Amino acid sequence: MKPPPLDYRRAGTVEEAVALLAEHGDDARLIAGGQSLMPLLAMRLAAPELLVDIDRIDGLDSVAESDGRVTLGPLIRHCRMVGDPAIARAAPLFARAGPLVAHPGIRNRGTLGGALALGDPAAEFPACALAAGAVMHLASSGGRRSVPAEAFFHGPMETAIAPEEMLVAVELPAPRPEDRFAVREVARRHGDYALAGVAARARVAGGRLSDLRLAFFGVADRPVPAPAAAAILVAAPGDPEALRAAGEALAEEIDFAGGAQASAALRRHLARVVLARAVADLLDAGPGEAAGRAA
Amino acid sequence: MTGTVAVTATINGRSVRAEVPARLTLADFLRERLALTGTHLGCEHGVCGACTVVVDGRAVRACLMLAARIDGAVVETIEGASDSGRLAALQDAFRTRGALQCGFCTAGLLLTAAELLAEDPAPTREAVRAGLSGNYCRCTGYEAIVDAVLAAAGTGDG
Repeated sequence: MKPPPLDYRRAGTVEEAVALLAEHGDDARLIAGGQSLMPLLAMRLAAPELLVDIDRIDGLDSVAESDGRVTLGPLIRHCRMVGDPAIARAAPLFARAGPLVAHPGIRNRGTLGGALALGDPAAEFPACALAAGAVMHLASSGGRRSVPAEAFFHGPMETAIAPEEMLVAVELPAPRPEDRFAVREVARRHGDYALAGVAARARVAGGRLSDLRLAFFGVADRPVPAPAAAAILVAAPGDPEALRAAGEALAEEIDFAGGAQASAALRRHLARVVLARAVADLLDAGPGEAAGRAA
Repeated sequence: MTGTVAVTATINGRSVRAEVPARLTLADFLRERLALTGTHLGCEHGVCGACTVVVDGRAVRACLMLAARIDGAVVETIEGASDSGRLAALQDAFRTRGALQCGFCTAGLLLTAAELLAEDPAPTREAVRAGLSGNYCRCTGYEAIVDAVLAAAGTGDG
């Protein structure tokens, strides 16, 4: 279980990194925290000729807020999602998901950009990006472009990032005072990938939900939105009948995947379970302290 | 195409310069080049936590880091942490509570537990379990390990 022969270059700037990508194309891979890429190398599921180390590029681990928009740097490590008050304020969904992601030793290295660029359908942060309405900013030697989260995740480990591109920023709407956030998942053990999970954001006023965005993870080939279920819940929040109907809508709008870990039927069931818990969190009907924790 | 990379790092307080193959992991570098074999290699893909070391103040998996990436870093292995005495209370609690059998996972657990206690000096039992969830022990069933960490924190019953 050793990485294959490869070359290694450290990029000091985004320009250097994308120039190396332009030169080497498919033969190069960016490495940041390396917590997913290193296992892929060890198992020989990835064998790039060149690793371009972007971990020490200055200025890519900041949290900035202006004009109602939040910009998260791709080199923000997962451990900061757990403990950084600036992130708890500016990106509450990611802060809630943080403790559910892997284990402390992995969170000390893993990065936001790495998790999004990997596009693991069972991972928490891609679903948070989708529920938050994030926009991914990509750079290449040819310029920059932005891709909304809805168009970013293409399939298992597949995203809109082209071989010569690098994710340089994640932009989201800043939380408004009446916004509420919830992340719920069911996993076999703490830190394992979820069998089913949901990231949810809504405006809550007087026991009513509006502008509800749901993104499920661990249930299909990519993080998936659930607009039909959300519409039902907005019409009648907290109503057990609406919750049941929303659960049924999930079965219609999500193509649940079966596999060695769980059958499609089990994931469909668990999606309804986590949805009910997330809605309770949003409405603060459930134990607020438990919001975002594994059940 | 197999490159080598020149690195200079501080390892257990000593400055180390080396030319390392780009593909070499930090774990193999520590064990095979520096004979720091207290860093144990279990799964080699980041699951078991046995190879945990401290890089720039954070506990990380040495199998998930290339040696090429430690240039300029401060690295502490179980040898350095043990010699410094900073783990003494935890080590004593592990010994007293029977929190190890074969010892393969112990180095990683001690370094992970030390970070946990540095961040949360009075953790709940649940917080200890969550904090150690990335370190596998195949002998003890974890109860004694959690007891030992709580005892070292002074929040256990002994």
